[in-house]
Amino acid sequence: MSAALRTEGLAKAFTLHLQGGVRIPVLGGVDLAVHPGECVALWGPSGAGKSTLMRCLYGNYGAGAGRILLRHRGAEMDLATAEPRAVIAARRETIGYVSQFLRVIPRVATRDIVAEPMIARGMAREEALARATALLHRLNLPERLHGLPPATFSGGEQQRVNLARGFAPGYPVLLLDEPTASLDAANRAVVIAMINEAKAAGAAIIGIFHDAEVRGAVADRLFDVLPHQDAA
Amino acid sequence: MNAPLEGYNFAYLDEATKRMLRRTILKAVAIPGHQIPFGAREMPLPYGWGTGGIQVTAAILGPADTLKVIDQGADDTTNAISIRRFFTRVAGVATTERTAEATIIQTRHRIPEAPLRENQVLVYQVPQPEPLSKLEPRRAETKRLHALADYGLMHVRLYEDIARLGHIAKAYDYPVMVGGRYLMSPSPIPAFDNPKMHRMAALQLFGAGREKRIYAIPPYTDVRSLDFEDHPFRPIRAPQDCALCGSRESYLDEVITDDRGGRLFVCSDTDYCGERVAARGAAAC
Amino acid sequence: MLTAEGLTLHFGVIPALVDVAIEVAEGEVVAIVGESGSGKTTLLRVLSGLMAPDAGSVRWLGADVHAMGEAARRRLMRTDWGFVHQNPRDGLRLNVSAGGNVGERLMAVGARHYGNIRAQAIEWLARVEVDATRIDDLPRTFSGGMQQRLQIARTLVTNPRLVFMDEPTGGLDVSVQARLLDLIRTLSRELGLSVLIVTHDIAAARLLADRILVMRRGRVVEQGLTDRVLDDPQHPYTQLLVSSVLAA
Repeated sequence: MSAALRTEGLAKAFTLHLQGGVRIPVLGGVDLAVHPGECVALWGPSGAGKSTLMRCLYGNYGAGAGRILLRHRGAEMDLATAEPRAVIAARRETIGYVSQFLRVIPRVATRDIVAEPMIARGMAREEALARATALLHRLNLPERLHGLPPATFSGGEQQRVNLARGFAPGYPVLLLDEPTASLDAANRAVVIAMINEAKAAGAAIIGIFHDAEVRGAVADRLFDVLPHQDAA
Repeated sequence: MNAPLEGYNFAYLDEATKRMLRRTILKAVAIPGHQIPFGAREMPLPYGWGTGGIQVTAAILGPADTLKVIDQGADDTTNAISIRRFFTRVAGVATTERTAEATIIQTRHRIPEAPLRENQVLVYQVPQPEPLSKLEPRRAETKRLHALADYGLMHVRLYEDIARLGHIAKAYDYPVMVGGRYLMSPSPIPAFDNPKMHRMAALQLFGAGREKRIYAIPPYTDVRSLDFEDHPFRPIRAPQDCALCGSRESYLDEVITDDRGGRLFVCSDTDYCGERVAARGAAAC
Repeated sequence: MLTAEGLTLHFGVIPALVDVAIEVAEGEVVAIVGESGSGKTTLLRVLSGLMAPDAGSVRWLGADVHAMGEAARRRLMRTDWGFVHQNPRDGLRLNVSAGGNVGERLMAVGARHYGNIRAQAIEWLARVEVDATRIDDLPRTFSGGMQQRLQIARTLVTNPRLVFMDEPTGGLDVSVQARLLDLIRTLSRELGLSVLIVTHDIAAARLLADRILVMRRGRVVEQGLTDRVLDDPQHPYTQLLVSSVLAA
C-alpha cells in the first residue's frame, strides 16, 4: 500500500541574515514514510529538529532540498514545490496539524474556531457546530467556555481547543506536536483514545510525544531524528 | 411695428456673436440635454435676470417674429415687461401676451398651460444648468459623470428624500433624463410642468448667462422625470380651483389677501386664466 | 483573475515600483506587507487602475485594465471590483444616510426600486453588524469602527469578485480591529471573495491572508504561503520585519 505521506532526501537549514548570515543546518537526508492507519513517533534528543521536521511536513517551513510527497486527491503532490494555493487545498482536505500553540483571530468563539475547518470542507454549519460541541465535551471543556474566545483560557484548555480543531475534520494525515504536553491524566487518556480511533479510521499520524505513556499507547514505530552532523 | 433704436444692431447683439450663439444652439440641438459652453456677452441687465435667455432669444429672433415673455407664468411682472420692452426697442419686433400668437416665448420658471406648436420656440432662463451641482461641486467631475452617464448620485439624492420624508421633496428644478441619455436641469420650473416637456412639439432652448451654457430639447424628444419604480414621479399642484377662472388643471399661485390669513389661489399662467375668464364672460352675454 | 507583470513606476528619481508581478486567484486573500514608503499603497493604486504605471500591465480576466476606457474601468470599479479605503471618510458620503451610502452602488448599476434598495441596505447593515435602526442616520454620527463596517457593506452590496483594501484596520482601536478582521475573513469566505489587502500589520496579514507579498523599496522581496513566509522567512528584510513584531 502506498504511503499517505513520505519524504525523500529532505533537508532543511536556516540562514540567519540578522546574525551575519550564519547558516544553521537542521535536517539532512530525511527519508520518512507513513501509511494509512499507522502512527509514527519522531524520536530524538531535544534540538535534533523534530519540530522543524513537523513544520516542513505541513509546509509551514520551506524545504531546503528533497521532496515531501503527500497523497492528496488520489495522487501524490510535492509539498516542497507546490504552489501556495495547492498547499492550502491540501491543508483544507488532507493534512491537519496540531501545534503546541493556538493561533486564532481574537474574539471568535471557541465553538466556531473548532467548527471552522469542517465548514471549510463543506460541512453544513449546524452539523459542524454540533460536532464541535461534542468534541469539546469529550475533551472535558465545560459548555460555558464554548461560546467564549479562547484567549483567556489556561494552557491546558487552549491545548484542548487546538486538539478538537485538529481532530474534528478527520484528516487522512495528522501531525501532532506534543499533543498532551499540558494535559492532566484524564485528558491524556481521552487524547490517546482519539488518536487510536483516528488510526482505526485509516488516518496516517506523525507525532512528537515526550510522554512515554502516550507514546507507548499510540505509536506503531519510532523514527529517529538525529542532530545534523555535517560540519561546515 | 415700432422703429428700432438708432445705433444698435438688430436684436442688440452683433452678427458675429449671434452666429456664435446659433452654432452653439445647433450643437445643443444635435446632442439633446447636453450642456454646451458659449462665450456669454455682457448684457444690459444683471446676472440672474435672464442674461442667458436674452442672448438665446436675440440669436434666433427675426423681424417677423412675435415675442412673448413670461416670468413665473405672468406677462405683467417687472422682468417680463423689461425684457419685452428691450426687444421692442432693439429689434422692433411685435410682442404679445397671447401664448397662441407668439412664435418665440422666453420664460422664467414656467411652461405655458396651453400646448405649444411646432412653429414655436420656448426659451428658458436658467440660473444653474448643472443638475449635479449640489451633489458634486467639481465641474470637471460632473462633466465626467455626464460623459459616462454615471447618474447613481442623483438617485441617491431622491432616495434620501424618500427615506427622510416619505416622498421625493423636490418641487421645482426636478431633474429629467433627456432622450434616455443626458441628465438635465429643466431650470426652476415647478415639477408640475415637467410632463409638458415630454415630446413637446415646440423646440426648447435653455440659456444660462452667468454659467455660460446653452442646452436644448428638440421637438418630440423623450423627457422623463427621475423616479423609482415604487415611488413614481407625480406632478404636484395645490388641491384648489382657480379663484378667477375656476380651472382645476392649471398650476396655481397662492395669493395672500390680508393679514388675517385670508388667501386665494389663482392661475400662475395669466394668459391662460384671462382667456378662460373672457370665454366665460362671452358665454354669459 | 487579476494578473500583473513588470509593473514599474517612478516618482521623479524615486522608484515606487520596480518590476512587480502579482496574481490573485478566485477566492484568494492576498496580503501586501511592508513598511511605510515600501510602495505597497502605490501598488494597490496601480492594480486598481487609479494610477498608471510607467511600464508593465495589469489584466483582469484577460483585459488590460489600463488600456480599457475610463467608462469600462469605472463600470468595473462598481461591479466586479470594490475598494475599501483606510479612512472611511474617503469611501463614504458623509452627508448621505447609511442606507443611501449602501444603496448608491445599487443605484449606480441601475437599481430603481426604492423598496428593494432599502431591503438590501438593511440586510447588509445586519451582515456588518450595524443596527438597522441607524439606516437613516448620517455616517458622521457613527464610530470609526462602524464607519469602516459601513464602508465594507457599501462595497460588497453589489457582490464584487475582487476587493482592494488599503489598511482597512488602520485608524481603529485594537479591540475594534479584531472584530473587523473577523468580519472581513468571514465575509470573504462566505462570498468566495478575492481580497487584495495592503497592511503593515503582520498579525492581521497572518490571520487573513492565504498568500503574502513582502515589499521593500518598490520591490517584492519575498512572497508565498503566508505562514511559511512569516515563520520561515528567507530574505534578510523579511527576517527583520518578522522579528520586529511585538508578540502579544
